[in-house]
Amino acid sequence: MSSLSHLQALEAESIHILREVVAEFAKPVMLYSIGKDSSVMLRLAQKAFHPGKIPFPLLHVDTTYKFGEMIEFRDWYPKSIGAELHVHTNWEARKAGANPIALGTSKCCGLLKTRALLDGLAAGGYDAAFGGARRDEEKSRAKERIYSFRDQYGQWDPKNQRPELWNLYNSRVDKGQSIRVFPLSNWTEIDVWHYIHMENIPVVPLYFAKPRPMIVRGESLIPPEHNVIPLLPGEKAEMVMCRMRSLGCTPCTGAIRSEADSVPKIIEELLRFRRSERENRVIDHDQEGSMEIKKREGYF
Amino acid sequence: MLTAEHQEPLTIEAFLEQESGKELLRFSTAGSVDDGKSTLIGRLLYDARGIYEDQLASIQKSKVNRSSGPIDFSLLTDGLRAEREQGITIDVAYRYFSTPRRKFIIADTPGHEQYTRNMATGASTAAVAIVLVDARNGVLPQTRRHATISSLLGIPRIILAVNKMDLMDYSQQVFDGICSDFLAFAGKMGFEEILPIPMSALEGENVARRATKIPWYDGPALLEHLESVPVTGGRVSGELRFPVQYVIRPDQYFRGYAGQISSGTVRKGDTVMALPSGKTSRIASIVTFDGELDAASAPMSVTLTLEDERDISRGDMIVHPDALPAAARQFTADLVWMVEDPLSHGRNLLLKHTSQQVSVRVTSIESRLNIQTMERKPAPLLELNDIGEVQIEAARPVFFDSYRENRLTGAFILIDPISNTTVAAGMIQRAVEQQRRFEHVTAEERQARNGHKPAVLALRDESLALRLERRLFDHACQVVALDGAQGLDALMAAGLLVIVPEAESARTIDLNALPLPVSGEAAVDAIMAYLEQQGILQSDRFSAGEGI
Repeated sequence: MSSLSHLQALEAESIHILREVVAEFAKPVMLYSIGKDSSVMLRLAQKAFHPGKIPFPLLHVDTTYKFGEMIEFRDWYPKSIGAELHVHTNWEARKAGANPIALGTSKCCGLLKTRALLDGLAAGGYDAAFGGARRDEEKSRAKERIYSFRDQYGQWDPKNQRPELWNLYNSRVDKGQSIRVFPLSNWTEIDVWHYIHMENIPVVPLYFAKPRPMIVRGESLIPPEHNVIPLLPGEKAEMVMCRMRSLGCTPCTGAIRSEADSVPKIIEELLRFRRSERENRVIDHDQEGSMEIKKREGYF
Repeated sequence: MLTAEHQEPLTIEAFLEQESGKELLRFSTAGSVDDGKSTLIGRLLYDARGIYEDQLASIQKSKVNRSSGPIDFSLLTDGLRAEREQGITIDVAYRYFSTPRRKFIIADTPGHEQYTRNMATGASTAAVAIVLVDARNGVLPQTRRHATISSLLGIPRIILAVNKMDLMDYSQQVFDGICSDFLAFAGKMGFEEILPIPMSALEGENVARRATKIPWYDGPALLEHLESVPVTGGRVSGELRFPVQYVIRPDQYFRGYAGQISSGTVRKGDTVMALPSGKTSRIASIVTFDGELDAASAPMSVTLTLEDERDISRGDMIVHPDALPAAARQFTADLVWMVEDPLSHGRNLLLKHTSQQVSVRVTSIESRLNIQTMERKPAPLLELNDIGEVQIEAARPVFFDSYRENRLTGAFILIDPISNTTVAAGMIQRAVEQQRRFEHVTAEERQARNGHKPAVLALRDESLALRLERRLFDHACQVVALDGAQGLDALMAAGLLVIVPEAESARTIDLNALPLPVSGEAAVDAIMAYLEQQGILQSDRFSAGEGI
């Protein structure tokens, strides 16, 4: 037999990780972010346990600032493949008016994402949570383990990570502790799109270019949905041919100008692209090393 | 000459065509910041377009620039804050880039001695290791350490990257000197291939493109070589090893054993054996989400069903019955000790090996490896970053191959059951036969088993002698009646009772001098009683007249 292509090798590795976790943990859950990485993870989970069902639920942490099209997709796709979905929101903070303009991006994220995530995991009693993070996304993620150990408070200590050798993962945790597991650790953005193309995996239409109303501010395209961003004098949303390269909350996720309205065209665009995908994420620009700080506190 | 940029496809058709044959190569790098390792990786990523413009812009904006050029490539790879502040690479970092031929995963590891464990981690999955040397300094103690760890972790191929050649005027003499120093020790470490490359990461000479300033070197550039070395070390060609990870049982009609093939190939209809039960069956189907397969090879993740109902669970291993792995409760292994708290013998730990966990005890520390001299010497403890050979005893048999033969079924980690931390990485050498170090069986041991001391008995009456021999023999004594007195020393050493006609020396017990009854049986009874009295026969084993 000929050797596997790199995509097949990545797939085999991810399936191995998914099965290890399900075999060794009492109550795993998959953090479902609705984005392209989650879609790929979900397909890998289907493959790992076929012909059985996916043996764990999905958890979506809903900040309430997600795009309407994301929520529509969330309520349709997992159900269509027989997966069980839970949604958790930090309503306390949301009702108190948490938003990125009033609180600043990092505090808003802290409450609506990190806090909500930790509460959601605690409420379900989950001891292992799959996440779609990839090491190529951001510098501090390059050193993330596949099994990332978290203490009782969900915090990450980058200096005290368990060594990870071969394909042998240490799954031992005490009561109250948990791990985050990243089956896509070794995938890159183009691998993800390539796989979506090969496997014909459904993704949220926001990834595909079409004319959308956007607040145009210099290079940035800010989606007006949810009316969180105050308009400057004379500013109003205009129709721009654009798409989302990554999905998040509307106020903090910029769009990019693009004509790519299909998966093959997105791949072609990426081949020409020389900008990293998190660049249009406002959240990473607060300060150098901000992702590492968020992660230490418990963010995915 | 390779220029990744020119060959990059821009249409989906060209992309898919190119990607379909693209393999995945994992390699490790070891070296310190001073050797220019980060610069080398930064250069590799940059030239192979593994870096995005905004990442580059953020580095150009950075206030720190430790390099002499316009771009400090090392900033691209030092991920964590502490490292950026201290200017050292502490942990293993993984980097990704792709050329038209291959996708690469770099395990970038620190070079200092206190990070041996990180180097081992990076090396564990690598098919190639890049050992970096600064041309100004030549081979250093740490170079030797990198080669040793690479060899121990079973990396088949080494690239000796002699960097900073620009600072040595690209001198062939300097390069040749470093190569021969390196080969002097690394040549004996069992690598399949060692390729030295002269380069300058700063100037890009022999990194992604062939050098223009090194006319005396006609070998490949680094990237060119990485694009052509074999991706794996024979995983597909090895014997079938399928550790069962998980049993898929959606309903009463389907029972599938899910796992990733560690090595070898499995085919539908193959007769297979499940370990530890030893029961055989045939492969009924190889199931995947994308349909059934006729055959599957390492490293595919598949689900196997068998023709017969067999009680197989996680931790079991499916193999071909004519190619079994070793099965043993005791084995020797090389350990890399990874925590501050030292290892002493007698420690109880958890072993994770393939898909099973088992309680083990480290029964002895055989030796500790001096990485500088490659000597193994006895040591009472293994401390952080020490490498040593130990003996391990598991609570139940472990199925394995030696690490040299199979990097997945020969590898394990040790976990502290209290703190839950991973304390060691292990490479199995071989099973330990249930053996002791053999010494001569002692006279005491012979006596304890025989129930008598060795002795030479003199008895002239041949028929009585044979009668005595028979009686003693019936009592399970080691006894022989001879008609002469040759070679008695050897027979005594063997613990025997020897019967000869005449006393040959002072040590002989001369039965001829005893007043014996006329009746043969009564005479033997009397002799037996006498020998007991003399302390030759152990009295609790012999009471007169009681044969077996």
